[in-house]
Amino acid sequence: MSKPTIELRTSPHVHADGDVAKIMRNVVYALLPICAFTIWQFGISALALLFVVTATCLLSERLFNHLSSQPSSLSDWSATITGLLLALTLPPGFPLWMGVVAGFIAIALGKALFGGLGMNAMNPALIGRAFVQAAFPVAITTWTPAFFEGRFSRFIPTTLTPPFLQSPTIGEWVAEVKVDAFSGATPLALQKFEGVQTDILELLLGATAGSAGETSALLILICGLYLAARKMLDWRIPTMVMLGAAVTAGIFFVIDPARYPDPLFVLFSGGLMLGAWFMASDMVGSPVTPLGVVIYGLMIGVITVIIRLFGGLTEGVMYAILLGNAATPLIDQITQPRVFGQQRANK
Amino acid sequence: MGLIDLLFGLKSFTHGIHPPYHKDTAGKPIRRLPFPSQLVLPLNQHIGKPAIPLVRKGREVVRGEPIAKADGHFSVPLHAPATGRVRTIELMPTPRGPKSDAIILDVYEGSTQEVLWKQPREMSDLSAEEIIRAIQETGMVGLGGAAFPSHIKLIIPEGKQVDTLIINGCECEPYLTCDHRIMLEHPKALIQGIHYAMRASGASQAVIGIEDNKMDAVEVLRGNLSKGSPVRVEAVETKYPQGSEKMLIKSLLNREVPAGGLPADVGVVVNNVGTLAGLGHLLPEGRGLIERVITVAGPGIVKPGNYLVPLGTPVRHILQQAGYEGARTEFILGGPMMGPAVSAMDTPLTKGTSGLLVLNEPSIEEESNKIWPCIRCARCVSACPMYLNPSMLGQMAAKRKYEEMAQDYHLNDCFECGCCSYVCPSNIPLVQYFRIAKAINREQAT
Repeated sequence: MSKPTIELRTSPHVHADGDVAKIMRNVVYALLPICAFTIWQFGISALALLFVVTATCLLSERLFNHLSSQPSSLSDWSATITGLLLALTLPPGFPLWMGVVAGFIAIALGKALFGGLGMNAMNPALIGRAFVQAAFPVAITTWTPAFFEGRFSRFIPTTLTPPFLQSPTIGEWVAEVKVDAFSGATPLALQKFEGVQTDILELLLGATAGSAGETSALLILICGLYLAARKMLDWRIPTMVMLGAAVTAGIFFVIDPARYPDPLFVLFSGGLMLGAWFMASDMVGSPVTPLGVVIYGLMIGVITVIIRLFGGLTEGVMYAILLGNAATPLIDQITQPRVFGQQRANK
Repeated sequence: MGLIDLLFGLKSFTHGIHPPYHKDTAGKPIRRLPFPSQLVLPLNQHIGKPAIPLVRKGREVVRGEPIAKADGHFSVPLHAPATGRVRTIELMPTPRGPKSDAIILDVYEGSTQEVLWKQPREMSDLSAEEIIRAIQETGMVGLGGAAFPSHIKLIIPEGKQVDTLIINGCECEPYLTCDHRIMLEHPKALIQGIHYAMRASGASQAVIGIEDNKMDAVEVLRGNLSKGSPVRVEAVETKYPQGSEKMLIKSLLNREVPAGGLPADVGVVVNNVGTLAGLGHLLPEGRGLIERVITVAGPGIVKPGNYLVPLGTPVRHILQQAGYEGARTEFILGGPMMGPAVSAMDTPLTKGTSGLLVLNEPSIEEESNKIWPCIRCARCVSACPMYLNPSMLGQMAAKRKYEEMAQDYHLNDCFECGCCSYVCPSNIPLVQYFRIAKAINREQAT
């Protein structure tokens, strides 16, 4: 009998497969088809934006690791998710230098400030986006048509805006690429300001203007379901967000169908799908209790629709999720589960 | 009862986990291992007061003879597992951690090791009190792992009434198959023991709960029960920790033991199958508990199986007999979810030890053991069978808010089943945090 090295450990001595890095890696995999689709829609401008924003996030993460004398946390893939998600929420022709700002702010203010992975109160990607929404209001609402000609050979003019300059107007360029009847507005804006409702099928397939990754509702749904099936995403959250949004929209639609959009349009337009499946469901910022998850999801859905219908903005998903994130500690606090054997009369 | 029950009619509780079960030794009949040359018999093999030695250094004892007596009511005696001579009484390592006083017995090699000490009794004449006293005399404790004195369990607290005896045949811990084998090989003794326990506790019915990965045991036991018997056998879902008292009561009877309460609060007494099969053997013969069945298994074991081993057998002897390999290794007494790892090869097998596992786990230094920050994925919340919030508790433990954990987040309802640590993708040793928190709270309370 050879002398073994006895290892001492506390129970349990067995462990389920998978760790944080595996979960995060799978989220990245689930985002890749959405990225590919957006590149196909918007060409090299979208590719450049995805690349620049993600690289900025990774470099920023590494920088803050270094500043806080921590080992590199790039291998947990969370910064990659932040980068991809952030890029997907930006207009495809968003100036790259502004993308760098957004990426840096997302990691710096959204994550590193709180102490890194797991400590952040809100979704870092949305912090980055909220910052550039306030800082560059024109650039972030400058939309370009999908599937324009020559999208694989040249950039959208705004993409290459030199640093610290405002982006040029794109009216001439849009005329040049000859996309019929492009009004420069997203389906949400069309609906809100002009009362034109885009066809649901177009929304599902993504042949519309919008942020880089928020245009094909169907693809986002499929990718989200993949993650949910692999148990790396809590299906209850997106379901509740969609339920909350659909019911709220449905109530208003019943009251005045001429004025308010129908619930299907609300579900499939704008950033609701991407937000519900990939941002609201971010584990770090969402509640852990079963009831809390339901309240949180419904709250995001309802607030999104309220902002869309009554706010000055066309889109409300971002603020709704940030509000949901902010409310999470409170929701968790008041929805502690009933402990086994408590508050129930025994027969 | 959960969704599974509604859909498939299978009895279960909510939450819990499905670890790989590795019940590879289920087909291995119980075999007796050769006696070791020395036995180490700690005086505190049970929960409660340690037994008081009746023998001194140099004394010759025969197999089955009492060598330590119960110290009052909340204690049990100890019997000599082999014929031999008492070498000494000294501090020895035990599975439960701290060293404790143990009788060390040199086994006579030439002896046939027959049980020479017994006091047969007629069971049918005994009253409930007499049965309970007889059970204490056997030195029987919960053989499922808790080592709680069996006679105490059967004494129903004043003002409480027990209608049901539940017999725990779940064996929900991975690897372990000793209870499974006992049900297959000793159904008659088990049913005999059930009848004694029913008489002692006053229960009018008995339910044997067995996980549905042991349907052969369900069949065997059903075949041994006569029509109209107050004993019935129920299959329950294979899920960890189905074999926890509270979970099993919930699964079988849909009754919830109140937080901090006892099964008797909902009219139930729970006993393990090994315990009752043991009583079925020992009570009529008037013998003491001197050996038990353990499962020896795990990837590091050459000859895995279910072995009948005298109490006090050192881990080293079992490993020599069953053979093991692996340069770096971990020895676990009991199941991998709740069993302690042992640091010394001299640690003896005690009454509560249900298995010896040798796992070749990745080393502590390896990357796969890295602890990440909690990402609030809520997997622990969905796994906790007590509906606690391990994620929140873990974060509070990191801040050392131990008192708040107990007062506001029900720390004391945690029975350390390990589900939360098992599912945690961040590898946070939640259960260990909770053990520490409880220990510190206990210390501050005194």
